Amino acid sequence: MKKLINDPADVVPEALAGIEAAHPDLRVDHANRVVHRADLPRPGKVGLVSGGGSGHEPLHGGFVGLGMLDAACAGEVFTSPVPDQVLAATKLADSGAGVLHVVKNYTGDVMNFEMAAELAESETGSRVVAVVTDDDVAVQDSTWTAGRRGVGVTVLLEKIAGAAAEQGRSLDEVAEVARRVDANGRSMGVALTSCTVPAVGHPTFELGEGEMELGVGIHGEPGRERVPLAPARDIAAMLVEPVLADLPFGRGDRVLCFVNGLGGTPLLELYVLYNEVHRILTGSGLDVARSLVGPYITSLDMAGSSVTLLRVDDELLSLWDAPVRTPALRWGV
Amino acid sequence: MEQVSTDDLLAWIRLFARLVAENRDALTELDAAIGDADHGANMHRGTTAALAAVDGAAPASAGALVKKVGMTLVSTVGGASGPLYGTFFLRVGTALGEEASVAPADVAAALRAGLEGVVTRGRAEAGDKTMVDALAPAVAACEEALAAGRPWAEALAAAADAAAAGRDATTPMVARKGRASYLGERSAGHQDPGATSAALLVAAAAQTLAGGGAGG
Repeated sequence: MKKLINDPADVVPEALAGIEAAHPDLRVDHANRVVHRADLPRPGKVGLVSGGGSGHEPLHGGFVGLGMLDAACAGEVFTSPVPDQVLAATKLADSGAGVLHVVKNYTGDVMNFEMAAELAESETGSRVVAVVTDDDVAVQDSTWTAGRRGVGVTVLLEKIAGAAAEQGRSLDEVAEVARRVDANGRSMGVALTSCTVPAVGHPTFELGEGEMELGVGIHGEPGRERVPLAPARDIAAMLVEPVLADLPFGRGDRVLCFVNGLGGTPLLELYVLYNEVHRILTGSGLDVARSLVGPYITSLDMAGSSVTLLRVDDELLSLWDAPVRTPALRWGV
Repeated sequence: MEQVSTDDLLAWIRLFARLVAENRDALTELDAAIGDADHGANMHRGTTAALAAVDGAAPASAGALVKKVGMTLVSTVGGASGPLYGTFFLRVGTALGEEASVAPADVAAALRAGLEGVVTRGRAEAGDKTMVDALAPAVAACEEALAAGRPWAEALAAAADAAAAGRDATTPMVARKGRASYLGERSAGHQDPGATSAALLVAAAAQTLAGGGAGG
Protein backbone atom coordinates (compact mmCIF):
# COMPACT_ATOMS: atom_id res chain seq x y z
CA MET A 1 0.00 0.00 0.00
CA LYS A 2 1.31 3.44 -0.95
CA LYS A 3 -0.68 6.21 0.68
CA LEU A 4 0.05 9.79 1.60
CA ILE A 5 -0.77 9.35 5.26
CA ASN A 6 0.88 9.21 8.66
CA ASP A 7 -0.76 6.30 10.43
CA PRO A 8 -3.76 4.40 8.98
CA ALA A 9 -5.51 4.75 12.34
CA ASP A 10 -5.31 8.56 12.19
CA VAL A 11 -6.55 9.17 8.65
CA VAL A 12 -10.05 10.37 9.56
CA PRO A 13 -9.21 12.71 12.48
CA GLU A 14 -6.21 14.16 10.66
CA ALA A 15 -8.25 14.84 7.51
CA LEU A 16 -10.89 16.58 9.65
CA ALA A 17 -8.16 18.71 11.24
CA GLY A 18 -7.04 19.57 7.71
CA ILE A 19 -10.55 20.63 6.69
CA GLU A 20 -10.75 22.91 9.72
CA ALA A 21 -7.33 24.42 9.01
CA ALA A 22 -8.11 24.99 5.33
CA HIS A 23 -11.61 26.44 5.69
CA PRO A 24 -11.97 29.21 8.29
CA ASP A 25 -15.76 29.39 7.90
CA LEU A 26 -16.08 25.77 9.08
CA ARG A 27 -15.54 24.25 12.51
CA VAL A 28 -14.90 20.69 13.59
CA ASP A 29 -16.19 19.00 16.73
CA HIS A 30 -13.25 16.62 16.98
CA ALA A 31 -14.71 14.44 19.73
CA ASN A 32 -17.75 13.65 17.59
CA ARG A 33 -16.05 14.08 14.20
CA VAL A 34 -18.59 16.60 13.02
CA VAL A 35 -17.79 19.27 10.43
CA HIS A 36 -20.15 22.20 10.85
CA ARG A 37 -20.72 25.78 9.82
CA ALA A 38 -19.10 28.28 12.15
CA ASP A 39 -22.26 30.41 12.24
CA LEU A 40 -24.66 27.87 13.80
CA PRO A 41 -27.41 27.94 14.87
CA ARG A 42 -29.11 29.99 12.17
CA PRO A 43 -32.48 31.01 13.62
CA GLY A 44 -35.51 29.96 11.63
CA LYS A 45 -33.56 27.86 9.18
CA VAL A 46 -34.16 24.13 8.86
CA GLY A 47 -30.94 22.29 9.70
CA LEU A 48 -29.45 19.94 7.12
CA VAL A 49 -27.38 17.09 8.52
CA SER A 50 -25.74 14.30 6.65
CA GLY A 51 -22.88 11.94 7.19
CA GLY A 52 -21.58 8.55 6.45
CA GLY A 53 -18.45 6.55 6.29
CA SER A 54 -15.25 8.36 5.36
CA GLY A 55 -13.53 7.64 2.06
CA HIS A 56 -16.10 9.43 -0.15
CA GLU A 57 -14.60 12.91 0.08
CA PRO A 58 -15.61 15.60 -0.61
CA LEU A 59 -18.91 13.98 0.47
CA HIS A 60 -20.09 14.93 3.10
CA GLY A 61 -17.80 17.34 4.99
CA GLY A 62 -16.83 19.16 1.79
CA PHE A 63 -20.47 20.09 1.27
CA VAL A 64 -20.88 21.94 4.55
CA GLY A 65 -21.49 25.66 4.21
CA LEU A 66 -23.86 28.30 2.93
CA GLY A 67 -26.61 26.81 0.77
CA MET A 68 -25.84 23.19 1.52
CA LEU A 69 -25.27 21.20 4.74
CA ASP A 70 -25.11 22.68 8.22
CA ALA A 71 -23.25 19.73 9.71
CA ALA A 72 -21.80 16.43 8.54
CA CYS A 73 -20.46 13.61 10.63
CA ALA A 74 -17.67 11.33 9.53
CA GLY A 75 -17.54 7.66 10.38
CA GLU A 76 -14.54 5.42 10.05
CA VAL A 77 -13.59 4.63 6.45
CA PHE A 78 -16.62 3.06 4.75
CA THR A 79 -18.37 2.72 8.12
CA SER A 80 -21.47 4.62 9.15
CA PRO A 81 -21.08 7.18 11.92
CA VAL A 82 -22.48 6.07 15.25
CA PRO A 83 -25.67 7.55 16.75
CA ASP A 84 -23.71 9.75 19.21
CA GLN A 85 -22.09 11.54 16.28
CA VAL A 86 -25.31 12.03 14.37
CA LEU A 87 -26.97 13.26 17.56
CA ALA A 88 -24.19 15.82 18.13
CA ALA A 89 -24.52 17.05 14.53
CA THR A 90 -28.31 17.24 14.86
CA LYS A 91 -28.10 19.33 18.04
CA LEU A 92 -25.64 21.74 16.39
CA ALA A 93 -27.85 22.17 13.33
CA ASP A 94 -31.16 22.56 15.12
CA SER A 95 -32.25 26.17 15.50
CA GLY A 96 -35.77 25.08 16.46
CA ALA A 97 -37.03 24.77 12.89
CA GLY A 98 -36.28 21.05 12.74
CA VAL A 99 -33.57 19.00 11.11
CA LEU A 100 -33.46 17.05 7.87
CA HIS A 101 -31.26 13.96 7.89
CA VAL A 102 -29.89 13.07 4.47
CA VAL A 103 -29.06 9.37 4.62
CA LYS A 104 -27.64 7.14 1.92
CA ASN A 105 -29.47 3.83 1.76
CA TYR A 106 -27.07 1.44 3.43
CA THR A 107 -28.18 -0.84 6.22
CA GLY A 108 -25.78 0.62 8.77
CA ASP A 109 -26.37 4.27 7.90
CA VAL A 110 -30.14 3.90 8.03
CA MET A 111 -30.03 2.16 11.44
CA ASN A 112 -27.54 4.59 13.00
CA PHE A 113 -29.42 7.68 11.79
CA GLU A 114 -32.69 6.11 12.99
CA MET A 115 -31.27 5.55 16.47
CA ALA A 116 -29.92 9.12 16.48
CA ALA A 117 -33.27 10.58 15.44
CA GLU A 118 -34.97 8.65 18.27
CA LEU A 119 -32.38 10.02 20.73
CA ALA A 120 -32.71 13.60 19.45
CA GLU A 121 -36.47 13.54 19.69
CA SER A 122 -36.40 12.14 23.22
CA GLU A 123 -33.53 14.30 24.51
CA THR A 124 -34.25 17.72 23.02
CA GLY A 125 -37.63 17.39 21.37
CA SER A 126 -36.01 18.19 18.02
CA ARG A 127 -38.15 17.35 15.06
CA VAL A 128 -36.15 15.18 12.68
CA VAL A 129 -37.20 14.00 9.24
CA ALA A 130 -35.00 11.59 7.30
CA VAL A 131 -34.74 11.40 3.54
CA VAL A 132 -32.99 8.29 2.27
CA THR A 133 -31.29 8.34 -1.14
CA ASP A 134 -31.51 5.16 -3.24
CA ASP A 135 -30.61 5.97 -6.83
CA ASP A 136 -28.28 3.14 -7.90
CA VAL A 137 -29.93 1.26 -10.76
CA ALA A 138 -27.23 -1.45 -10.56
CA VAL A 139 -29.27 -2.94 -7.74
CA GLN A 140 -32.15 -4.35 -9.72
CA ASP A 141 -34.10 -6.69 -7.49
CA SER A 142 -34.70 -4.30 -4.61
CA THR A 143 -37.42 -6.49 -3.12
CA TRP A 144 -34.76 -9.06 -2.32
CA THR A 145 -31.99 -6.76 -1.21
CA ALA A 146 -31.45 -3.97 1.28
CA GLY A 147 -32.80 -1.75 -1.50
CA ARG A 148 -30.96 0.43 -3.93
CA ARG A 149 -27.84 2.18 -2.73
CA GLY A 150 -27.59 5.90 -2.31
CA VAL A 151 -24.87 7.27 -4.58
CA GLY A 152 -24.54 10.30 -6.89
CA VAL A 153 -28.00 11.73 -6.26
CA THR A 154 -26.92 12.38 -2.68
CA VAL A 155 -24.64 15.22 -3.86
CA LEU A 156 -27.38 16.82 -5.96
CA LEU A 157 -29.94 16.41 -3.19
CA GLU A 158 -27.71 18.06 -0.59
CA LYS A 159 -27.22 21.05 -2.90
CA ILE A 160 -30.88 21.43 -3.88
CA ALA A 161 -32.41 20.77 -0.45
CA GLY A 162 -29.72 23.01 1.05
CA ALA A 163 -30.86 25.86 -1.18
CA ALA A 164 -34.49 25.25 -0.20
CA ALA A 165 -33.56 25.40 3.49
CA GLU A 166 -31.52 28.56 2.91
CA GLN A 167 -34.67 30.21 1.48
CA GLY A 168 -36.38 29.67 4.81
CA ARG A 169 -38.74 26.90 3.77
CA SER A 170 -40.28 24.65 6.43
CA LEU A 171 -38.97 21.20 7.32
CA ASP A 172 -41.82 19.51 5.47
CA GLU A 173 -41.22 21.64 2.38
CA VAL A 174 -37.48 20.97 2.39
CA ALA A 175 -38.13 17.25 2.85
CA GLU A 176 -40.59 17.29 -0.06
CA VAL A 177 -38.00 18.87 -2.38
CA ALA A 178 -35.41 16.36 -1.19
CA ARG A 179 -37.69 13.41 -1.87
CA ARG A 180 -38.49 14.81 -5.31
CA VAL A 181 -34.76 14.89 -6.12
CA ASP A 182 -34.31 11.28 -5.04
CA ALA A 183 -37.38 10.17 -6.98
CA ASN A 184 -36.16 11.82 -10.19
CA GLY A 185 -32.50 10.77 -10.07
CA ARG A 186 -30.80 7.56 -11.15
CA SER A 187 -27.15 6.46 -11.19
CA MET A 188 -24.86 3.72 -12.44
CA GLY A 189 -21.16 3.22 -11.78
CA VAL A 190 -18.16 1.33 -13.11
CA ALA A 191 -14.81 0.50 -11.51
CA LEU A 192 -11.57 0.05 -13.42
CA THR A 193 -9.64 -0.78 -10.25
CA SER A 194 -10.46 -1.69 -6.68
CA CYS A 195 -9.76 0.66 -3.80
CA THR A 196 -7.49 0.14 -0.80
CA VAL A 197 -8.86 0.80 2.68
CA PRO A 198 -5.95 2.32 4.70
CA ALA A 199 -6.51 0.07 7.72
CA VAL A 200 -6.61 -3.03 5.50
CA GLY A 201 -3.57 -2.24 3.39
CA HIS A 202 -4.40 -4.17 0.23
CA PRO A 203 -7.05 -3.79 -2.50
CA THR A 204 -10.54 -4.88 -1.47
CA PHE A 205 -10.97 -6.95 -4.62
CA GLU A 206 -8.84 -7.95 -7.58
CA LEU A 207 -9.53 -6.79 -11.11
CA GLY A 208 -7.44 -8.04 -14.00
CA GLU A 209 -5.69 -5.61 -16.37
CA GLY A 210 -8.29 -6.23 -19.07
CA GLU A 211 -11.38 -6.21 -16.82
CA MET A 212 -13.78 -3.75 -15.30
CA GLU A 213 -16.54 -4.13 -12.75
CA LEU A 214 -19.93 -2.82 -13.83
CA GLY A 215 -22.52 -1.67 -11.32
CA VAL A 216 -20.21 -0.93 -8.40
CA GLY A 217 -21.15 1.05 -5.35
CA ILE A 218 -18.86 3.36 -3.44
CA HIS A 219 -17.43 1.01 -0.80
CA GLY A 220 -15.25 -1.34 -2.83
CA GLU A 221 -18.03 -3.90 -2.75
CA PRO A 222 -17.93 -5.84 -6.00
CA GLY A 223 -20.53 -4.87 -8.60
CA ARG A 224 -23.06 -6.89 -10.52
CA GLU A 225 -20.96 -7.98 -13.42
CA ARG A 226 -17.34 -8.29 -14.48
CA VAL A 227 -16.84 -7.43 -18.13
CA PRO A 228 -13.90 -6.78 -20.47
CA LEU A 229 -12.45 -3.28 -20.36
CA ALA A 230 -13.96 -1.16 -23.13
CA PRO A 231 -13.44 2.27 -24.76
CA ALA A 232 -15.10 5.27 -23.08
CA ARG A 233 -17.83 5.42 -25.73
CA ASP A 234 -18.91 1.87 -24.88
CA ILE A 235 -18.62 2.44 -21.14
CA ALA A 236 -20.79 5.55 -21.53
CA ALA A 237 -23.49 3.45 -23.17
CA MET A 238 -23.25 0.74 -20.51
CA LEU A 239 -23.76 3.38 -17.80
CA VAL A 240 -26.36 5.59 -19.48
CA GLU A 241 -28.67 2.99 -20.99
CA PRO A 242 -29.79 1.33 -17.71
CA VAL A 243 -30.19 4.80 -16.18
CA LEU A 244 -32.36 6.06 -19.04
CA ALA A 245 -34.47 2.91 -19.06
CA ASP A 246 -35.12 2.93 -15.35
CA LEU A 247 -37.04 6.12 -14.52
CA PRO A 248 -37.72 6.13 -17.49
CA PHE A 249 -36.38 9.37 -18.91
CA GLY A 250 -38.17 10.48 -22.07
CA ARG A 251 -37.59 12.75 -25.06
CA GLY A 252 -37.76 16.40 -24.15
CA ASP A 253 -36.96 15.82 -20.48
CA ARG A 254 -34.59 18.36 -19.02
CA VAL A 255 -31.80 16.72 -17.06
CA LEU A 256 -28.87 17.56 -14.89
CA CYS A 257 -26.02 15.27 -15.97
CA PHE A 258 -23.46 14.45 -13.29
CA VAL A 259 -20.35 12.53 -14.32
CA ASN A 260 -18.59 11.61 -11.12
CA GLY A 261 -15.06 10.39 -10.54
CA LEU A 262 -14.60 7.59 -8.01
CA GLY A 263 -11.27 8.95 -6.77
CA GLY A 264 -8.58 7.51 -8.99
CA THR A 265 -9.68 8.68 -12.43
CA PRO A 266 -8.29 11.99 -13.72
CA LEU A 267 -10.56 14.82 -14.80
CA LEU A 268 -9.18 14.45 -18.33
CA GLU A 269 -10.79 11.01 -18.56
CA LEU A 270 -13.98 12.19 -16.86
CA TYR A 271 -14.40 14.80 -19.60
CA VAL A 272 -13.80 12.14 -22.28
CA LEU A 273 -16.60 10.17 -20.64
CA TYR A 274 -18.80 13.26 -20.25
CA ASN A 275 -18.47 13.96 -23.96
CA GLU A 276 -19.73 10.46 -24.78
CA VAL A 277 -22.54 10.64 -22.22
CA HIS A 278 -23.66 14.06 -23.46
CA ARG A 279 -23.74 12.76 -27.04
CA ILE A 280 -25.94 9.81 -26.06
CA LEU A 281 -28.29 12.04 -24.08
CA THR A 282 -28.77 14.64 -26.79
CA GLY A 283 -29.10 11.80 -29.32
CA SER A 284 -31.93 10.43 -27.17
CA GLY A 285 -33.72 13.76 -27.31
CA LEU A 286 -32.90 14.87 -23.77
CA ASP A 287 -32.16 18.49 -22.95
CA VAL A 288 -29.02 18.61 -20.80
CA ALA A 289 -29.87 21.70 -18.78
CA ARG A 290 -26.96 21.54 -16.31
CA SER A 291 -23.88 19.44 -15.76
CA LEU A 292 -21.47 18.58 -13.00
CA VAL A 293 -18.17 16.85 -13.75
CA GLY A 294 -15.62 15.86 -11.17
CA PRO A 295 -14.86 13.66 -8.17
CA TYR A 296 -17.64 14.53 -5.71
CA ILE A 297 -18.64 11.17 -4.23
CA THR A 298 -15.62 8.92 -4.29
CA SER A 299 -14.48 5.50 -3.19
CA LEU A 300 -10.97 6.26 -1.88
CA ASP A 301 -8.50 5.61 -4.72
CA MET A 302 -10.81 3.60 -6.96
CA ALA A 303 -10.45 4.32 -10.66
CA GLY A 304 -13.81 4.58 -12.34
CA SER A 305 -16.85 6.75 -12.68
CA SER A 306 -20.54 6.97 -12.10
CA VAL A 307 -23.17 8.72 -14.15
CA THR A 308 -26.16 10.33 -12.44
CA LEU A 309 -29.09 11.81 -14.30
CA LEU A 310 -31.58 14.03 -12.50
CA ARG A 311 -34.80 15.06 -14.22
CA VAL A 312 -35.29 18.73 -13.38
CA ASP A 313 -38.01 21.35 -13.57
CA ASP A 314 -37.78 25.13 -13.21
CA GLU A 315 -37.89 24.94 -9.44
CA LEU A 316 -35.16 22.32 -9.08
CA LEU A 317 -33.03 24.24 -11.58
CA SER A 318 -33.37 27.51 -9.70
CA LEU A 319 -32.47 25.75 -6.44
CA TRP A 320 -29.46 24.16 -8.18
CA ASP A 321 -28.37 27.60 -9.43
CA ALA A 322 -28.81 29.26 -6.02
CA PRO A 323 -25.64 30.47 -4.25
CA VAL A 324 -23.49 27.88 -2.53
CA ARG A 325 -20.26 28.29 -0.60
CA THR A 326 -18.68 25.02 0.53
CA PRO A 327 -15.18 23.58 0.13
CA ALA A 328 -16.25 21.48 -2.87
CA LEU A 329 -19.11 23.39 -4.54
CA ARG A 330 -18.96 27.15 -4.73
CA TRP A 331 -20.85 29.52 -6.99
CA GLY A 332 -23.04 32.59 -6.95
CA VAL A 333 -21.35 34.11 -3.90
CA MET B 1 -30.30 -24.13 41.64
CA GLU B 2 -27.41 -22.80 39.58
CA GLN B 3 -27.35 -19.10 38.81
CA VAL B 4 -25.58 -16.93 36.26
CA SER B 5 -23.63 -14.24 38.11
CA THR B 6 -22.31 -10.87 37.01
CA ASP B 7 -18.85 -12.45 37.11
CA ASP B 8 -20.03 -15.05 34.59
CA LEU B 9 -21.44 -12.32 32.36
CA LEU B 10 -18.20 -10.37 32.60
CA ALA B 11 -16.28 -13.52 31.66
CA TRP B 12 -18.61 -13.86 28.64
CA ILE B 13 -17.81 -10.34 27.45
CA ARG B 14 -14.10 -10.85 28.10
CA LEU B 15 -14.00 -14.08 26.11
CA PHE B 16 -16.11 -12.61 23.29
CA ALA B 17 -13.67 -9.70 23.05
CA ARG B 18 -10.75 -12.15 22.98
CA LEU B 19 -12.34 -14.33 20.28
CA VAL B 20 -13.09 -11.25 18.18
CA ALA B 21 -9.48 -10.07 18.57
CA GLU B 22 -8.17 -13.50 17.56
CA ASN B 23 -10.53 -13.64 14.57
CA ARG B 24 -10.26 -9.98 13.58
CA ASP B 25 -8.46 -10.60 10.29
CA ALA B 26 -10.59 -13.63 9.44
CA LEU B 27 -13.79 -11.58 9.93
CA THR B 28 -12.40 -8.83 7.74
CA GLU B 29 -11.45 -11.30 5.01
CA LEU B 30 -14.97 -12.75 5.02
CA ASP B 31 -16.38 -9.24 4.79
CA ALA B 32 -14.02 -8.33 1.94
CA ALA B 33 -15.53 -11.14 -0.12
CA ILE B 34 -19.12 -9.96 0.09
CA GLY B 35 -19.14 -6.68 1.98
CA ASP B 36 -16.79 -3.81 2.66
CA ALA B 37 -13.90 -5.33 4.57
CA ASP B 38 -14.47 -3.63 7.91
CA HIS B 39 -16.26 -6.15 10.12
CA GLY B 40 -13.17 -7.41 11.94
CA ALA B 41 -11.77 -3.95 12.67
CA ASN B 42 -15.15 -2.57 13.76
CA MET B 43 -16.01 -5.47 16.06
CA HIS B 44 -12.51 -5.45 17.52
CA ARG B 45 -12.72 -1.74 18.29
CA GLY B 46 -16.20 -2.15 19.81
CA THR B 47 -15.62 -5.23 21.92
CA THR B 48 -12.34 -3.80 23.23
CA ALA B 49 -14.16 -0.63 24.30
CA ALA B 50 -17.09 -2.59 25.75
CA LEU B 51 -14.80 -4.77 27.85
CA ALA B 52 -12.91 -1.71 29.09
CA ALA B 53 -16.22 -0.09 30.05
CA VAL B 54 -17.27 -2.94 32.34
CA ASP B 55 -14.00 -4.61 33.37
CA GLY B 56 -13.02 -3.67 36.91
CA ALA B 57 -16.11 -1.52 37.46
CA ALA B 58 -18.36 -3.27 39.96
CA PRO B 59 -21.71 -3.39 38.11
CA ALA B 60 -24.88 -2.82 40.10
CA SER B 61 -26.62 -5.74 38.47
CA ALA B 62 -26.53 -8.30 35.66
CA GLY B 63 -28.76 -6.05 33.58
CA ALA B 64 -26.65 -2.94 34.19
CA LEU B 65 -23.48 -4.71 33.10
CA VAL B 66 -24.94 -6.02 29.86
CA LYS B 67 -26.70 -2.74 29.05
CA LYS B 68 -23.40 -0.90 29.49
CA VAL B 69 -21.87 -3.28 26.94
CA GLY B 70 -24.73 -2.52 24.55
CA MET B 71 -24.42 1.24 24.91
CA THR B 72 -20.67 1.06 24.35
CA LEU B 73 -21.07 -1.06 21.22
CA VAL B 74 -23.66 1.36 19.79
CA SER B 75 -21.18 4.20 20.32
CA THR B 76 -18.04 2.52 19.05
CA VAL B 77 -18.72 -0.08 16.36
CA GLY B 78 -20.51 1.86 13.63
CA GLY B 79 -21.74 0.23 10.45
CA ALA B 80 -24.72 -2.06 10.76
CA SER B 81 -23.05 -4.18 13.41
CA GLY B 82 -23.06 -1.35 15.97
CA PRO B 83 -26.83 -0.88 16.14
CA LEU B 84 -27.42 -4.64 15.79
CA TYR B 85 -25.01 -5.86 18.48
CA GLY B 86 -25.81 -2.79 20.58
CA THR B 87 -29.53 -3.50 20.38
CA PHE B 88 -28.88 -7.19 21.21
CA PHE B 89 -27.05 -6.40 24.44
CA LEU B 90 -29.41 -3.55 25.41
CA ARG B 91 -32.41 -5.89 25.12
CA VAL B 92 -30.63 -8.75 26.88
CA GLY B 93 -29.62 -6.39 29.68
CA THR B 94 -33.12 -5.01 30.07
CA ALA B 95 -34.53 -8.53 30.26
CA LEU B 96 -31.91 -9.69 32.79
CA GLY B 97 -33.12 -7.06 35.23
CA GLU B 98 -31.65 -5.61 38.37
CA GLU B 99 -30.52 -8.71 40.28
CA ALA B 100 -26.87 -9.69 40.75
CA SER B 101 -27.51 -13.22 39.50
CA VAL B 102 -30.08 -14.74 37.20
CA ALA B 103 -31.55 -18.23 36.71
CA PRO B 104 -30.68 -20.04 33.46
CA ALA B 105 -34.27 -19.95 32.19
CA ASP B 106 -34.27 -16.17 32.62
CA VAL B 107 -30.96 -15.90 30.77
CA ALA B 108 -32.44 -17.93 27.92
CA ALA B 109 -35.45 -15.60 27.89
CA ALA B 110 -33.09 -12.60 27.83
CA LEU B 111 -31.21 -14.06 24.86
CA ARG B 112 -34.57 -14.47 23.11
CA ALA B 113 -35.34 -10.79 23.81
CA GLY B 114 -31.94 -9.85 22.37
CA LEU B 115 -32.58 -11.86 19.23
CA GLU B 116 -35.98 -10.19 18.79
CA GLY B 117 -34.31 -6.79 19.12
CA VAL B 118 -31.85 -7.67 16.36
CA VAL B 119 -34.65 -8.89 14.10
CA THR B 120 -36.66 -5.71 14.66
CA ARG B 121 -33.71 -3.35 14.18
CA GLY B 122 -32.34 -5.11 11.10
CA ARG B 123 -35.66 -6.23 9.60
CA ALA B 124 -33.93 -9.51 8.78
CA GLU B 125 -35.47 -12.97 8.69
CA ALA B 126 -33.96 -16.43 8.88
CA GLY B 127 -32.30 -17.29 5.60
CA ASP B 128 -31.35 -13.70 4.70
CA LYS B 129 -27.65 -14.54 5.28
CA THR B 130 -27.16 -12.40 8.39
CA MET B 131 -26.21 -12.79 12.05
CA VAL B 132 -29.82 -13.89 12.65
CA ASP B 133 -28.97 -17.19 10.93
CA ALA B 134 -26.54 -18.02 13.76
CA LEU B 135 -28.40 -16.38 16.65
CA ALA B 136 -31.90 -17.69 15.99
CA PRO B 137 -31.04 -21.42 15.97
CA ALA B 138 -28.79 -20.89 18.99
CA VAL B 139 -31.57 -19.34 21.07
CA ALA B 140 -34.02 -22.03 19.95
CA ALA B 141 -31.58 -24.85 20.78
CA CYS B 142 -30.95 -23.39 24.24
CA GLU B 143 -34.68 -23.13 24.94
CA GLU B 144 -35.37 -26.66 23.69
CA ALA B 145 -32.63 -28.17 25.83
CA LEU B 146 -33.89 -26.41 28.95
CA ALA B 147 -37.46 -27.44 28.17
CA ALA B 148 -36.26 -31.04 27.88
CA GLY B 149 -34.81 -30.78 31.36
CA ARG B 150 -31.18 -30.89 30.31
CA PRO B 151 -28.53 -29.12 32.40
CA TRP B 152 -27.67 -25.49 31.71
CA ALA B 153 -24.15 -26.31 30.51
CA GLU B 154 -25.62 -28.71 27.94
CA ALA B 155 -28.18 -26.14 26.84
CA LEU B 156 -25.39 -23.64 26.25
CA ALA B 157 -23.31 -26.22 24.39
CA ALA B 158 -26.33 -27.00 22.20
CA ALA B 159 -26.69 -23.28 21.50
CA ALA B 160 -23.03 -23.04 20.46
CA ASP B 161 -23.38 -26.06 18.17
CA ALA B 162 -26.54 -24.61 16.62
CA ALA B 163 -24.86 -21.23 16.10
CA ALA B 164 -21.89 -22.88 14.39
CA ALA B 165 -24.21 -24.92 12.16
CA GLY B 166 -26.25 -21.80 11.39
CA ARG B 167 -23.06 -19.92 10.55
CA ASP B 168 -21.94 -22.70 8.19
CA ALA B 169 -25.39 -22.79 6.59
CA THR B 170 -25.00 -19.16 5.48
CA THR B 171 -22.33 -20.12 2.94
CA PRO B 172 -24.66 -21.23 0.12
CA MET B 173 -27.28 -18.56 0.90
CA VAL B 174 -27.97 -15.57 -1.34
CA ALA B 175 -27.87 -12.45 0.83
CA ARG B 176 -31.06 -10.42 1.14
CA LYS B 177 -29.93 -7.86 3.72
CA GLY B 178 -26.93 -5.63 4.15
CA ARG B 179 -24.26 -4.81 1.61
CA ALA B 180 -23.82 -8.43 0.58
CA SER B 181 -27.34 -8.32 -0.88
CA TYR B 182 -26.09 -6.03 -3.66
CA LEU B 183 -24.12 -8.96 -5.06
CA GLY B 184 -27.25 -11.01 -5.68
CA GLU B 185 -26.31 -14.57 -6.66
CA ARG B 186 -22.64 -13.72 -6.32
CA SER B 187 -23.02 -13.60 -2.54
CA ALA B 188 -23.55 -17.37 -2.52
CA GLY B 189 -20.48 -19.45 -1.70
CA HIS B 190 -19.23 -17.13 1.03
CA GLN B 191 -19.74 -17.53 4.77
CA ASP B 192 -21.51 -14.51 6.27
CA PRO B 193 -19.21 -12.40 8.48
CA GLY B 194 -22.08 -11.30 10.78
CA ALA B 195 -23.16 -14.89 11.38
CA THR B 196 -19.51 -15.71 12.03
CA SER B 197 -19.09 -13.09 14.75
CA ALA B 198 -22.48 -14.06 16.20
CA ALA B 199 -21.29 -17.68 16.46
CA LEU B 200 -18.24 -16.39 18.39
CA LEU B 201 -20.63 -14.61 20.76
CA VAL B 202 -22.55 -17.83 21.43
CA ALA B 203 -19.36 -19.91 21.69
CA ALA B 204 -18.11 -17.46 24.32
CA ALA B 205 -21.42 -17.77 26.20
CA ALA B 206 -21.17 -21.57 26.21
CA GLN B 207 -17.73 -21.45 27.80
CA THR B 208 -18.54 -18.87 30.47
CA LEU B 209 -22.22 -18.69 31.43
CA ALA B 210 -22.31 -22.18 32.93
CA GLY B 211 -20.31 -20.82 35.82
CA GLY B 212 -16.84 -21.42 37.14
CA GLY B 213 -15.45 -18.24 35.63
CA ALA B 214 -14.00 -20.14 32.69
CA GLY B 215 -12.67 -18.40 29.68
CA GLY B 216 -10.98 -15.48 31.45
